[in-house]
Amino acid sequence: MRLLRQFVGTLLLAILCFPAHAELVIEITKGVGQRTPVAVVPFGWEGNGTTAPLDIAGVIAADLERSGRFQAVDEKSMLQKPTAGVDVDFDDWSILGTEAIVVGKLMQTGENAYSLQFQLFDVFGKQQLVGYRMPASRGTMRQAAHRAADMIYEKLTGIPGVFGTQVAYVTSQGQGAGKTYTLVVSDADGENENTIMESRDPIMSPAWSPDSRRLAYVSFEGNQSSIFVQTLRTGNRIKVSSLPGINGSPAFSPDGRKLVLTLGGVDGNLDINVLDLNSRELTRLTTDRAIDTEGSWSPDGDEIYFTSDRSGGPQIYKVDVSGGTPERITFEGSYNARPRLSPDGRKLALVHLDRGNYRIAVMDIDRRQLLVVSDGSQDESPSFAPNSDSLIYATRQGRNGVLETVTADGLVRSRLAAGQSDVREPVWSPFPRY
Amino acid sequence: MKISTLTLAAIVALGVLGCSKNTIPDPEVSSTDTGAGGDASTGEYGAGGMGGGEFVDDDLLGPDGEMGMVIYFDFDQSELKPEYTDLLARHATHLANNPGTSARLEGHADERGSREYNIGLGERRSQTVRRMLLIQGASANQISTVSFGEERPAAVGSDEESYAQNRRVEIKYTQ
Repeated sequence: MRLLRQFVGTLLLAILCFPAHAELVIEITKGVGQRTPVAVVPFGWEGNGTTAPLDIAGVIAADLERSGRFQAVDEKSMLQKPTAGVDVDFDDWSILGTEAIVVGKLMQTGENAYSLQFQLFDVFGKQQLVGYRMPASRGTMRQAAHRAADMIYEKLTGIPGVFGTQVAYVTSQGQGAGKTYTLVVSDADGENENTIMESRDPIMSPAWSPDSRRLAYVSFEGNQSSIFVQTLRTGNRIKVSSLPGINGSPAFSPDGRKLVLTLGGVDGNLDINVLDLNSRELTRLTTDRAIDTEGSWSPDGDEIYFTSDRSGGPQIYKVDVSGGTPERITFEGSYNARPRLSPDGRKLALVHLDRGNYRIAVMDIDRRQLLVVSDGSQDESPSFAPNSDSLIYATRQGRNGVLETVTADGLVRSRLAAGQSDVREPVWSPFPRY
Repeated sequence: MKISTLTLAAIVALGVLGCSKNTIPDPEVSSTDTGAGGDASTGEYGAGGMGGGEFVDDDLLGPDGEMGMVIYFDFDQSELKPEYTDLLARHATHLANNPGTSARLEGHADERGSREYNIGLGERRSQTVRRMLLIQGASANQISTVSFGEERPAAVGSDEESYAQNRRVEIKYTQ
């Protein structure tokens, strides 16, 4: 019942907070047993007009709730609504069982200039944990609120927040001849969607550059697969690979200078290759006659993990970027594919066939143990958040693909419910540059 | 693939009735057929779909009067089923007799599993068809392959019947 109530509450909050056009709406589908109560008091407003241009507290509270680790205190049960630390009466909050309280205000300092100030207090210790003031415009205000939520989350959990990050994904609309494919970038909460590319031909496998400024992806324009690298700010794109046969599965090296990609050639032998983006030099890393694809860099850039069915079915292997014999990594189950390393290098996410269901599993790299963290039947395309604590993947809801996030321990799962489109292949951006 | 077959039959009929090569299917005929099938999502990318026309020639017609342009595969398989031997032989002969003609082999997979790995599975099927055509007289420069993996399903259902329709190679003549 508690979960259901949280679910409905979150859903209502989502409806109130997000405009109708939003593609993604957050629902928490699974939570940890005990969620820490946090009060995010409605922010004060000092500026033109009676109401602030954005409900800052609402954005922060939604972020914290989405993590599944916190429960925002209902505004109606608040005994006081301070907007600065000096006005906080800690006894009023400890009565409610609130462990932490966030207060703040938004101040207008110019026509399109604002200052966002917030403070986080430990109710029982009666002390400030973090306080910050940051400039914002109407265009950056939501980002500023996410940034505040990131700082609050890190203070409370010790884990860097990822509310200020972005997600890229592919959607398709319509059926048959009228079908269109769209490459989209949105904020991690589904807001602020931007169409990066639209095509009548399939778009696949988006991948972020480490500086978050570019996306690599596969496009089937002209009935041939090609890999493009597109700069988000300008929209300029470069075709970096369009050889005969398959050009697929691009991923940027940690230094952003190279792409690992899959090339098939006229004979269709898919192998892992590394393309130097400056020199255009191509290095082939695998030669096996099997399918070798879905390359993913280790964070130090020294190794590439990939899918290969050289043993019969797909399993995960790794190979040194300087070459050598690939080493098999997965042995559990008949189907393990699409490896993605966590940014801290300690975990490997993959698609695992789990008793007839394709699910997301996380492997501890050192102990080589698999933990299944999703519960769909056709889950795919896992991608780690830059804090290595959560991952995003695609699952099915009826005929459509929708996105879910889950913590790497499998304990907290949230669904980013889609609109009418079929959504897939989510990739989590690196940390934003503030 | 009922609809595709219908559409094909319509195209073939046009061809038989004396239309020249590179017959472009009458859009009305195609759309009517699709509508009659009751499921516009089926067969869209199958042979005879709305891709701007299909090559038709008498030597491609099988004994039953059908011009087989789609080869289906079993689950997790890229081996050619024996029933397609004659069909591929006709295509190989056609290519050998018409050196100026070229064909694109479009490989597909069902939706299960990882997308890029499915691109590999679709390509493996294309290559099976390509090898058969080459062995029987087509030349390498006449054939190109592309794999759409699970991205362009012929049937959209998540059931074995749909999966069976999606594990396929489509032969598309490009000139």
